[in-house]
Amino acid sequence: MSLESELETTGAAGSVLPAPGERPPHITVRDLTMAFGSFVVMRDLNFVVRRGDIFVIMGGSGCGKSTLLKHLLGLIEPARGEIFYDGFNFTRADADERERMLRRFGVLYQRGALWSSMTLAENVGLPLGEFTDLTPAQIREVACLKLALVGLKGFEDYYPSDISGGMQKRAALARAMALDPEILFFDEPSAGLDPISSRLLDELILELRQSLGATIVIVTHELPSIFTVADNSIFLDTETRTAIAGGDPKELLAHSTNPTVRKFLTRGEGGTTLQNG
Amino acid sequence: MRESTASMSVSRPPDSSLVIELSGDWQLSRTLPSPVPAEREIAAGPKPAKVRLDGRRLGHWDSGLLIFIDAIATVCRTQQVELDLSLLPSGVARLIQLAEAVPERKGARAEKRKAPFLERVGVGALSAWSVAQGFVGLVGEITIAFSKIIRGTARYRRVDVLEMVQDCGANALGIVTLISFLVGVILAFMGAVQLQQFGASIYVADLVAIGIVREMGAMMTGIIMAGRTGASFAAQLGTMKVTEEIDALTTMGISPVEFLVMPRFIALVLMMPLLCLYSDLLGIAGGAAVGATMLGIPLKLYYQETVAAITLTQLFGGLFKATSYGALVALAGCVSGMQCGASASAVGDATTRAVVSGIVLIVAACGLFAVVFNVLGI
Repeated sequence: MSLESELETTGAAGSVLPAPGERPPHITVRDLTMAFGSFVVMRDLNFVVRRGDIFVIMGGSGCGKSTLLKHLLGLIEPARGEIFYDGFNFTRADADERERMLRRFGVLYQRGALWSSMTLAENVGLPLGEFTDLTPAQIREVACLKLALVGLKGFEDYYPSDISGGMQKRAALARAMALDPEILFFDEPSAGLDPISSRLLDELILELRQSLGATIVIVTHELPSIFTVADNSIFLDTETRTAIAGGDPKELLAHSTNPTVRKFLTRGEGGTTLQNG
Repeated sequence: MRESTASMSVSRPPDSSLVIELSGDWQLSRTLPSPVPAEREIAAGPKPAKVRLDGRRLGHWDSGLLIFIDAIATVCRTQQVELDLSLLPSGVARLIQLAEAVPERKGARAEKRKAPFLERVGVGALSAWSVAQGFVGLVGEITIAFSKIIRGTARYRRVDVLEMVQDCGANALGIVTLISFLVGVILAFMGAVQLQQFGASIYVADLVAIGIVREMGAMMTGIIMAGRTGASFAAQLGTMKVTEEIDALTTMGISPVEFLVMPRFIALVLMMPLLCLYSDLLGIAGGAAVGATMLGIPLKLYYQETVAAITLTQLFGGLFKATSYGALVALAGCVSGMQCGASASAVGDATTRAVVSGIVLIVAACGLFAVVFNVLGI
């Protein structure tokens, strides 16, 4: 699959709906309303993530970005609406089907969420042991390779509590990639990382898309990351409790007329300031 | 600069404005003048054209001054009087502007009110209902996981079960030894005082043996395990919930019930009868110690009396109870852990709930067993 050439020709769509003739939709969200009891977090979200896209869910703190991610992963049930993967209804799927779909996902949690009672190699190896017929020795080999890919060669037998936060995050990424997932979800990948590690992570994300051909969904509000990696995005607005913009963030920065989106993408420096905003 | 006390004076110069003069050091660590007299002066009396704050004689200041000015600013806003901050130090004016730059979001402030009695009863009942639902749901999931284990399709690590067996079996021996021996001693003492009066000291052996084997062995082990292992289950699972480790399992397609709850449940249910048997032995040893030293009963005689007193039915009845208590403690611990919220204090709550509900369940089950065993004639 000539993903690279395709990537270069894929322009940014101004709309959240896919233009005909582009890459096929991978994740489709239809009329999604998220609520905790009677408190509505976000309503009527409609967007499509195309195969091979790096899709960014952005918005201010506390607007429900992570909640949206948890809905996409099936950890929270939607109040209304449906989520489709490759045209299959994830929301209405029964437990077994859902488990099969989940196995094609990899998730990097905000704080890593490595299993603290296992070593790094065991963490990465666990999904391999559960879902493949590899022998323990082969699993160890694959786990070591995945850890080497994220720059953690030699740390296989460390426990998560023995290593730094940035290393934990990279180990968690190795675990998320263990089963060569079709879709990778990142919850605030650069949270708690220094600027250089954060940029290296962005490069790693781009590298992963190139080499695995995976679709990548990222929740973040780090502007440098957003402009470096994203092909497509959705902007969640706290005030109106819905998505107010979508598309390539670079295009949004150049052409969006919505003041909230502009303010966010320019760090509030583009015309409106804190005092009179 | 010499320290001076904070003071405030209100005056009305002829230009129909109101001047509040602030002087001295306005710091939180000292006593500060109350804004109330100034507020009253603005609200009552003839409405001033503007309120001017004069801070030219201010010394050191910190948030103490800001709170005062904020109170004045609020009154001015409600009275629609202009507030002039130009005579204050420039830092103060900037901070006040910053605090007022973003208007309060409507509905963001949580309503604070005392709920009426009926509402509190209703909310309490609803939350109790949801906890009960969670409990029943988890019991169902455990049943399903059990059938998967029997069919060999469950996803869990054998090594986890062994680790848990060590943790709630071998590692609990010390505390079980201490408590069981002491309970045996206490039972023997209580019995001895009464039985000695009739010259029937030898029956202390019967009393201790039956009491320990039928009830106390299982009950004490159950309560120890509720405090020790049930609490640790809740804390482990609760922390894993907080750090999203449980979410990570779920999104990997691994059921947390199979992977985390089952090994703990199996380990505790397997270990409880063994611990109970051990506790029975230690309890009887405690009784024997009192019998031999205080009552002068020869150990051999004490042994014979004990063996004659207990039947196999009683022993197995006790072990059966212990196994059930183990299941209840494991269930209480795991349910509390799995239902834990997402903060450090939620883990504490979950642990407390695990211990309390574990002990309550044990005592309730004990009462139920007493009635059932009585009806069955055991």
